[in-house]
Amino acid sequence: MGGKFKTSYKGDMALFQTLWVKVWLGILAAAIVVCPQFLSTYQISILNEMAIAIIGALGLNLLIGYTGQISLGHGAFLAIGAYTTALAAGELNLPFIVTLPLSGFMAALLGMVVGVPALRLKGLYLALGTLAFGFIVDYILFHWDLTQGDMGMAVNPVQIGSWSVQTEKEFFYFIACFAALATLCAKNIARSKIGRNFIAIRDRDIAAEAMGISLAKYKIMAFGLSSFYAGIAGALVAHYQKWIVPGSFDLSLSIAYIAMIILGGLGTVLGSILGAILITGIPHGIIYATDVAKESYPALSGLIVDFKLGIFGLIVVLALLFEPQGLAGIYRRAKVYWKTWPFKY
Amino acid sequence: MLRIANVTMHFGGIAALQNVSLDVMPGGIYSIIGPNGAGKTTLFNCISGIYRARSGSITFKGKELIGTKAHKISQMGIARAFQNIELFKGMTVLDNLMSARGFLHHYGLLAATLYLGRCAREERKCRDRVEEVIELLDLQKCRKTPVGALSYGVQKRVELGRALTMEPEMVLIDEPVSGMNLEETEDMARYILDVNEERNITVLLIEHDMGLVMDLSDRVTVLNFGVKIAEGSPDEIARNPEVISAYLGRQQS
Ligand SMILES: Nc1ncnc2c1ncn2[C@@H]1O[C@H](COP(=O)(O)OP(=O)(O)OP(=O)(O)O)[C@@H](O)[C@H]1O
Ligand SMILES: [Mg+2]
Repeated sequence: MGGKFKTSYKGDMALFQTLWVKVWLGILAAAIVVCPQFLSTYQISILNEMAIAIIGALGLNLLIGYTGQISLGHGAFLAIGAYTTALAAGELNLPFIVTLPLSGFMAALLGMVVGVPALRLKGLYLALGTLAFGFIVDYILFHWDLTQGDMGMAVNPVQIGSWSVQTEKEFFYFIACFAALATLCAKNIARSKIGRNFIAIRDRDIAAEAMGISLAKYKIMAFGLSSFYAGIAGALVAHYQKWIVPGSFDLSLSIAYIAMIILGGLGTVLGSILGAILITGIPHGIIYATDVAKESYPALSGLIVDFKLGIFGLIVVLALLFEPQGLAGIYRRAKVYWKTWPFKY
Repeated sequence: MLRIANVTMHFGGIAALQNVSLDVMPGGIYSIIGPNGAGKTTLFNCISGIYRARSGSITFKGKELIGTKAHKISQMGIARAFQNIELFKGMTVLDNLMSARGFLHHYGLLAATLYLGRCAREERKCRDRVEEVIELLDLQKCRKTPVGALSYGVQKRVELGRALTMEPEMVLIDEPVSGMNLEETEDMARYILDVNEERNITVLLIEHDMGLVMDLSDRVTVLNFGVKIAEGSPDEIARNPEVISAYLGRQQS
């Protein structure tokens, strides 16, 4: 068994179970605080993208990974969050501390509305239903006067009291706080009865009902929760980019999020984080590789640019082929190995 | 306690249940037997709201179950252990058991996101109750094991345990010892008796193992091709010529 015997459940049920976990988390927190001091603005901007992606991926994983409800509409919920904060701040002059939760709740509300017809759909049909929802949102954003279609719209900068978040570095600390909070909340939900109900519905919906779990209530809750996360992520994207166009929230964004949680590991909080980091990082890695290659093989670099999307897809496919459980699966195995080393079980 | 009156259920052309009536009194172990395909599981599914009987009435403590949503029926106090193991595969034994009593612990999404106060308190209470069931069924060793990694016999036990953690008044157990060896069968018989006597849970049991049925049951009903052909004490059933011919008839064909 390799672990130590726990006498009280309280310790067993704690979020951070061992001293080592606390130590590592402390080190991670310290690294997050100091790392911007050593990184270029471009490198920090990558971290910012990753942090926002983490929030969105946590939300999608609660829906797909935990509850087993496939959605191709996650990008649309990010769009709803982004445009809600943009409109509320721009048209109504509401402050950021109001528009951010408003974005979350607006997305959650629409998520629950989508969840209702989704109760009757499963698998592929659900994917198609949510896809259709994404197209509707796209259509509205393109054709509604207020959102100015293709032209896009400007988003007010973040202003909290007298602090205005401007530089990449400021944004980093700002977004990192949200990402940490989002992770903590997701972890708590996952280990509560709500997380168990989600997994029960995913694994065996008939048995879940026979255990007193209302499928309708918890599926709609999963949709609402996942969309809330997406709404917050969308609002942060909007303020971070300062200019939004509908095109940046289309189907390809939904698919990128699905790739994150599959690659990271379905149904795990850690997987959402690792997947978000990896999928956000790959394009930057390809750019970096191109830069390096440019010097020695100019012809090759042109090729890499042409096949960027293909290389991206290839990495994802290969990763899944070799590790179907995702990065979280590798982590789990490494942990077991570490715990039982040098004895193999 | 549970009254089933003239329940009929069809699948396409075949009548899985025809005018079945039975009356389960509180406290005992009531068994339903019959050859394969007799409609026993279908009857359970009608009770727990997974299927909707075409006609008739099923009442539990005076309340009509037909038309009631499945999760409401289980919350009324009717738990279910399935014939084909229907555990939540992605969870450990502990989580499987805890998952079945969510409705007994009231806290909302907001409390859960913070895992403070009410949520933490209720979760600990939930864990305490689950530990009692773990002890009752001797599942201590595999608390943290994913259910998929367990042997068939232990999975069957977890299936029963999950039903018990709901603190039901009645539990529907569908073929608890199918595919088990002698020792596992004896253990399971012991557990079912414990459940019935120590926890005061009325047991409605489907089982092919006649030895087990005769030993445990207070009352037995026999189904054949969806029709109830006999009801009585185990002794009466064992002597009933119609029952004997139903079973022998199957064996010859
Ligand atoms: N969902 C379904 N769709 C169609 N036919 C079904 C369905 N469920 C059961 N049946 C049919 O209803 C009849 C009764 O099935 P049931 O599962 O209730 O039998 P059983 O008595 O539990 O048998 P066993 O001892 O093999 O478990 C069978 O003929 C079966 O094929
Ligand atoms: Mg059956």
